[in-house]
Amino acid sequence: MTIILFLIGIPAVFALIFPFLHNQRIRGYVVYTGAGIVMLTTVVFIAQWIGNGAETMMLYPSTESVDHLMTVGDLFLMCLIVYLSIKYGKVLPILLSVGQTALILYIEFTTELPEGPHMAVDWLTILMCLIIAFIGGFICIYTVGYMKGYHNHHKDVKDRQPFFFSMLFLFLAAMFGLVLSQNLIWMYFFWEVTSVISFLMIGYTRSEEAVSNSFMALWMNLLGGLGFAVAIAWMAKTGGSMQLADVISIGAQLPLFCLSLAGLTKSAQLPFSSWLVGAMVAPTPSSALLHSATMVKAGVYLLIRISPALEGNLTGIIVSSIGGLTFIMASMMAIAQNDGKKVLAFSTISNLGLIVGCAGIGVEETVWGAVFLMIFHSVSKSMLFQSVGAAENSLGSRDIEDMHGLIIRLPKLAYIMGIGIAGMYLAPFGMLISKWVALRAFVDSGNFLLVLFIAYGSATTMFYWTKWLAKLISYHIPRDTVKDVTRKDEYFSMFFHAVVMILLCLLLPLIAKWLVNPIVSELFGNSKDVLSMSVLATMAIMLVSVFIVPAVMFFVSRASRRELVPIYMNGVNEGDNRFFTNSFGEKEHLYLSNWYLRFEFGRRHLRIPSILVAAAVLVLGFCLVIGGVMIG
Amino acid sequence: MNVCFVIAYLLFAPLLGGLLDGTDRIISARMQRRKGPSILQPFYDLGKLFSKELIAVNNVQFLLNLSYLVILMIAGALLFFGADLLMTLFILSTADMFLIMAASSDSSPYANMGASREMLQMMAYEPLTLLIAVGFYLAEGSFQVSDIIDAPVSAILWMPGLFVGFMYTAAIKLRKSPFDLSTSHHAHQEMVKGITTEMSGPALAIMNIAEYYELVLLLGIFSLFFINSTWWSWIVAIIACGLVFFAETLWDNVSARVKWKSLLYSCWIVTLVAGGVNILILMLIK
Repeated sequence: MTIILFLIGIPAVFALIFPFLHNQRIRGYVVYTGAGIVMLTTVVFIAQWIGNGAETMMLYPSTESVDHLMTVGDLFLMCLIVYLSIKYGKVLPILLSVGQTALILYIEFTTELPEGPHMAVDWLTILMCLIIAFIGGFICIYTVGYMKGYHNHHKDVKDRQPFFFSMLFLFLAAMFGLVLSQNLIWMYFFWEVTSVISFLMIGYTRSEEAVSNSFMALWMNLLGGLGFAVAIAWMAKTGGSMQLADVISIGAQLPLFCLSLAGLTKSAQLPFSSWLVGAMVAPTPSSALLHSATMVKAGVYLLIRISPALEGNLTGIIVSSIGGLTFIMASMMAIAQNDGKKVLAFSTISNLGLIVGCAGIGVEETVWGAVFLMIFHSVSKSMLFQSVGAAENSLGSRDIEDMHGLIIRLPKLAYIMGIGIAGMYLAPFGMLISKWVALRAFVDSGNFLLVLFIAYGSATTMFYWTKWLAKLISYHIPRDTVKDVTRKDEYFSMFFHAVVMILLCLLLPLIAKWLVNPIVSELFGNSKDVLSMSVLATMAIMLVSVFIVPAVMFFVSRASRRELVPIYMNGVNEGDNRFFTNSFGEKEHLYLSNWYLRFEFGRRHLRIPSILVAAAVLVLGFCLVIGGVMIG
Repeated sequence: MNVCFVIAYLLFAPLLGGLLDGTDRIISARMQRRKGPSILQPFYDLGKLFSKELIAVNNVQFLLNLSYLVILMIAGALLFFGADLLMTLFILSTADMFLIMAASSDSSPYANMGASREMLQMMAYEPLTLLIAVGFYLAEGSFQVSDIIDAPVSAILWMPGLFVGFMYTAAIKLRKSPFDLSTSHHAHQEMVKGITTEMSGPALAIMNIAEYYELVLLLGIFSLFFINSTWWSWIVAIIACGLVFFAETLWDNVSARVKWKSLLYSCWIVTLVAGGVNILILMLIK
């Protein structure tokens, strides 16, 4: 399968082109072409693989020269981190980066590494490739229009678009490499590349806040990388293999725990979730691509990969508890946010928490739920980020309070946002099905705490989404008209996402049968129908009815005659629903605000305690695992 | 058989709900040493509301109101068909979402306040609702209502804590004091009529009918606690529902409205203590 080479190579080559393209128009066309080619290559790759019988493939057993290249790459990344850390006066990233690179080099040069395949293709890889190529590709297309608007809107930020596009495409290449790798050292290399790209993108504006947030993201991700390196060292010295699959089959606690740590940091679970919230200073496309749709998914991807080995053991319990805790705490903190992107960040953390919780339990049902959650979350979160970004370019603000009656002012964006929000929590959309499966699986596995977490967490999740949705559809006479500056390519991408979202919901039974069931059966070696076809069919019918009911009612209500009157304001309505007469007899503007419960659910109150609890669980788990190794 | 239940629910739930509402008014009146209206008063009210001209503040509220009604009917139909309980509860929340949207769609200060409080109320009762479904699953081994009612013993024996918790939170759903934060039966309070402030005439009638469907749906869930494979358990269930309804009316009359914090915290604590402990014990013994 030489096409894998193209899959990783093509975006990398495009990344090299952009620094030399300073003409905005030409660059736009190159981005469209690049995204198109990436998607096309992926389709060809998948078609080839399915044509070959859709069997798990192990590839590239001997790759000495590429291994050397990667060593050079690791060294280059280390030098880059050291240079930038010295430039901005940070110490921690240097220690972590040098430490892990030295460890990897030491292992590579002192240990005779066993031969084995370096890449593997199976259904989970295919799913990840689809997400990377299509969601990632469309986000790249969106970025072309968005960045023009962004620099019109942020005059103070230096225009570094060539660099930004370079990083976007390089990131796609690294993600392909990451999900295709089977050899741990290869995976580690791509893992580090994504960490560094995320770091560089968060620092795009070079403002003080951006720089400090980017370094926070860097050291947290490097800590995960260190965990990865320790796992590699253990596997090389004791396990005698460099294969991810062997980590699972050997099932030793220390490498599993270290890999889980890497997964937890990458997917921004507590106590490491601050970096993802800080990452929201980056331009929106990088939030959509890296910080919700794909890069953070690398963390849960790794956890899903190792989940069969997590069932019922210490590492599994720690991972699932941290996931559950993150689910509920992040959803509570989301309530107190009025910045649209912050809400999306907390909701991403929270949903990833649910996925991590599922992966930590490590049985067929939970992994089934986790995979579904991952699919739905990628699509709808990417769509939400894009629509918030576009709304920000038009409104000049991403405050949810400023989105009051967006359906009147920017109707298309409001519909897209609405579909995204509905997809995140309403019955019978996809997220809910996954939650349903997860709840049942948590009960079956007897995990009392997770059942409680999911019960309370669903309630808080519902609250913050509902109030946002309610804000969008408030009809009113707007104070000022807003010009929709969203460009065609941005709409193109958002419409694509909306259509995919609806199709995913309608075709759910088929996706379960053709994509998710094979993934689960490959991971666990046997297949089991998690939801019976009849339940899935009921869901589809429900879904249609939820679409059809309002549509029919639209015509019913339209047929009825009615008179429109002003709203009730205690008899002091000034006539156009916008002003009322205050106690001085003057005209006063009516202002409606959502509830944020800042004093109850504010980040100030919940952040430190939740970080402490999660850190305590993690440290305790680490001690127990180390203790187990010493005794064993 | 199941289809008969569904048809009966769709046809007679508003009648039963209306009668219960009438009874509620009489009982409340007697508790306050008044005579109270006729038991058929709710139907007279509905008749009058429907005879009025449709006055609205915008063009979408009526649409959302109608959707609220229909989706509630779907939720109830699912329950009475014997379908998945968890699914029914999810659809029930979705229906409530349409009510909240209807109220927020008008940018009216009182309706918006009602809608915000309604969201908070949802957040307060939602955990227990999910735990009830989990409780049935643990006790009877299935989320299917048809399996739950075929069990050899009544679920109440396994889940008394959840039953008590449900009685506590059901006051929110039934819009009973002390938890009638988002709307109430009296329009002279600080938030006027809250969530229904901007609904009038046929729109308000539809809202009322939807509430009747919801009342019967909730009593259906209450009766799930009692019904088992024997025939007389159905009678027990009906009597129990009557008692529950009376208890809620009594509570409505003897308590004053609380602030949202007391609502949220007390519901969450009751959920944790009554529901959580019940679930924990079920998990250990089952």
